[in-house]
Amino acid sequence: MSAADSPDGDASGGDAADAPGGPEGDADAPESATAAVVEAARESDLGLVIGTLLAIYAAATLLTFTNGLNSVVGLMETLTFLGIVYALTALALNLQWGYTGLFNIGVAGFMAVGVYTMGMVVRSPDPAFGPPGLGLPLPVGIVAGTGMAALLGAVAALPALRLKADYLAIVTLGLSEIVRLSLQSSAFDSFLRDTIGAGTGGGRGMGMPDNPVRDLFLVDGQAGDPTALGDLVFGVFGPDGLGISQPILIGWGYIAVLAVFLVGFYLVLERLGRSPFGRTMKAIREDELVADSLGKDVNLVKIKVFVIGCALMGLAGILWFGSQGNVSPTPQFRPLLTFYVFIAVIIGGSGSNTGSVLGGIVFAAVLFEGPRRVGGTVRGLIDAETPPSFADAVATLDPVTFLAYATENIAPLQFVFLGLVLVFIIHRRPEGILGDRIETAAAVDLSERPAGGETDE
Amino acid sequence: MSSDVPEAGDVADAEDVADTVDATDATVDEPEANDSAVEEAAKHVPSGAPPLRVEGLVKRFGGVTAVDGASFEVESGSLTGLIGPNGAGKSTTFNCITGVHEPTAGRVYFEGEDVTGLRPHEIARKGLVRTFQIARELSEMTVLENLMLAPQGQLGESAIRAVTPGLRGAVVAEETELRERAWETLEFFEIDHLAHEPAGNLSGGQRKLLEMARALMTDPEMVLLDEPLAGVNPTLQEKLLDRIHDLRADGYTFLLVEHDMDVIMSNCERVIVMYQGSVLAEGTGDEIRNDERVIEAYLGEDL
Repeated sequence: MSAADSPDGDASGGDAADAPGGPEGDADAPESATAAVVEAARESDLGLVIGTLLAIYAAATLLTFTNGLNSVVGLMETLTFLGIVYALTALALNLQWGYTGLFNIGVAGFMAVGVYTMGMVVRSPDPAFGPPGLGLPLPVGIVAGTGMAALLGAVAALPALRLKADYLAIVTLGLSEIVRLSLQSSAFDSFLRDTIGAGTGGGRGMGMPDNPVRDLFLVDGQAGDPTALGDLVFGVFGPDGLGISQPILIGWGYIAVLAVFLVGFYLVLERLGRSPFGRTMKAIREDELVADSLGKDVNLVKIKVFVIGCALMGLAGILWFGSQGNVSPTPQFRPLLTFYVFIAVIIGGSGSNTGSVLGGIVFAAVLFEGPRRVGGTVRGLIDAETPPSFADAVATLDPVTFLAYATENIAPLQFVFLGLVLVFIIHRRPEGILGDRIETAAAVDLSERPAGGETDE
Repeated sequence: MSSDVPEAGDVADAEDVADTVDATDATVDEPEANDSAVEEAAKHVPSGAPPLRVEGLVKRFGGVTAVDGASFEVESGSLTGLIGPNGAGKSTTFNCITGVHEPTAGRVYFEGEDVTGLRPHEIARKGLVRTFQIARELSEMTVLENLMLAPQGQLGESAIRAVTPGLRGAVVAEETELRERAWETLEFFEIDHLAHEPAGNLSGGQRKLLEMARALMTDPEMVLLDEPLAGVNPTLQEKLLDRIHDLRADGYTFLLVEHDMDVIMSNCERVIVMYQGSVLAEGTGDEIRNDERVIEAYLGEDL
C-alpha cells in the first residue's frame, strides 16, 4: 500500500506527509508507516527487544563488514552475550531496587559467591593446575552456587530490616568487598582447602569447569573432534562453509542457553511482580509504614526479596563468569561491576522487567562495548601519528591528530562518555526507556471493570 | 482534677484488673479464633470486652513526655471522638495503639487481648486498622491497586504461589474476587471514576477517601481515623461523615481524632478529651461542652 502511495506523495512535493490532516492524511505515508511499526514494537515487549537487538546488529555490521563475515558474526556474538548477561543481572537487581526499593550495591559480591561456589563444588579434587574442588557434577554446583548466594542474601537482609536506603547501601557494598577480599586472600584459600577440601585459588583465581555447551559441538573439551552436531554446524557455518570460526559458533550455542535462562528469569519475575506479592513489594518501596499498617509483614517480604534477588544474581554470576574460562576476584568482581548493572537498570527504567532486559542489552552494546569498537574502527581510518600526551594532542591544533589521540585512548574516555550519558538520562528522562509504563501489580487485568458490576449504581 | 492523674497504685490496680479480664476473655475468644470464617463473623458478633481499652499509657521521647498515663475505653459499635489541644498527645496515643511506637509504660487491649508492643502489621491483622493524619497514599500505584493491596492473608502474597504454574490458578481466582470487592468499595466511596488513576494524582480530599476505603478493604473490626476531615472541602466532609455513619450501622467501631469541635460534637456519641498527655474528661458531647476543666483547658475557646 505504501509502495503504491509513496511515488504519488513524492510527486506532489511530500504534502501528504507534511499535512496529515489533509484529504490524503489517512493514506499510509512513509513516515506514519515507520511510526506505526515503532509503535507496534513498543506495544509488544518481545518486538521491542528484538528490534533493539536488530538495530545493534546493524550497527555492528556497519562497523566490521570490511573485515569479513567472521568479524561481523563475532562482534554480534560478543554484544549478544554481554547484553544477555547484563540483562539477567539487571533483572535480579530490578526485583530488589526497582520493585522493592532495596538499595543493594553489593551485586558483584553475590555474583562472585555464586560462581566461586559453583567452581569449588565442581572442580576436580586433584586438578593439574589451581585449587582443588569437590568433584561433584555441574548441576549440583549450579544449585549450590545459587543457594550460597541466596544464603548470603538472607544474611545481608538482616541489616536491611533496620537500615534505611543509604545505610543499607553501605552495608551491602561493604559485604561485597569483604567477599572479594576474602576470595583474594591466600589465608582464606588455605583455610578452605584444609577444612572442606576445596580452595578459591586466592589472587590467581580458579579455572572454570568445562562448558557443557562445548561438549555438544566437540568431543571432550578443548580441541577434540567435532560431534555429529558439531560436524553439521561447522560444515554449514564453519571454515568450510560460511567461514565463521569454531569458538564463535560455540559461543552462539551458549547464547541459546543464556536466552532460555533469560526467558525463565523474565517469566518468574513478571509473575512475581503481577501478584499480591508484587503489590506488597511496590507498597514497601512507596511507603513502608503504610504496608506495615495494612497488615503486611514488611520484614519477611524484604528477606524474601533479598533471598530471591541474590539467588538470581548468583545464578547470573555462574552463567556469566562461569563461561569465561577463569575467574579471579580482582578485577572481575570490583564494585564497578555493580555500578554497571545499576546503569543498565537505570537506562531501562527501574521497576520494569522488560526495561531491565532492554537496559542490559543497550548498556552492553552502546556504553560498554560500543565506544571501544567504534574508537578502534575510527582509529583505523585515521592516518596520523598518535601524540604521546594530551597536551601534545591539543598543542598540534589539528583536529585529526586530536581525534587520533582520543580514539587511541578510548578506554578512559569511555568513562567520561558513560558519565555524560548518565547525567543526560537522569536529567532528561529519569524514568528510563520504559519507566513511564505502568507495570500492573495484580494477577488479573485491572484495565477494565469486568461486566456485571456496573449495575450497583 | 487530681482524680484524673493516675497514681502508681491506680496503675497497679488497673493492671491486676486487666489481667483477670484478659484471662476471662481469652477463654471466651478462643472458640471464635478457631472459627474459619472469623473475618466475616467477628465484626458483627459483640464480644464481651470493649474493642479497645487503653490503660495508663505513657510515652516519653527523651525528656519529653508526650503521653502521660492516658486511660480510656471505646465501646463496641460506637463512634468515639478523641479531642484535645495541640500537643495533647492524641497522635502519639494513636501511634502507641497501632504499634508504630512502643509505649514506655501502660497497656493496650484490643478485644480483651493484650496487644501492647506488637508490630503494626500484627495489630492490623487482629482487625485494628488506622488511617494517617496526612494521607499516605501509595502514589505510584493506581487507586485500584492501593485497594487491592489491603485485604489480609491473600494467597498470592506467598512468592511460591505467585510463581508456580499449578498454584497460580487459585491466586488468579482470588484476585478476580478481590478486584470486584475493590470496585464495590470504590463505588461506596464514590471514587470509582478514579480507579485507574495513580494515587499520587488525587486531590487531598480524594486521598482521605482512598485511605478510608483502603483501611476498610482489610476487613477490620475497628478503624482509627487520624483527622480524616483535615484539609477536606465541606462537600467531601459531608460525604466522608455519611460513609462513617453508614459503616457504623454495619457494626464497625470508630475512634476519630479531629480538631474540628463541631464535627466531633455533632457526630460522636462519646467524646474523650486529652490534655497534656492524659485523659481530662470523658462523656457525651453535652457533658464535655459543660465540663469546667475542658473549658479551662481550651481557655476561652468556644465549645
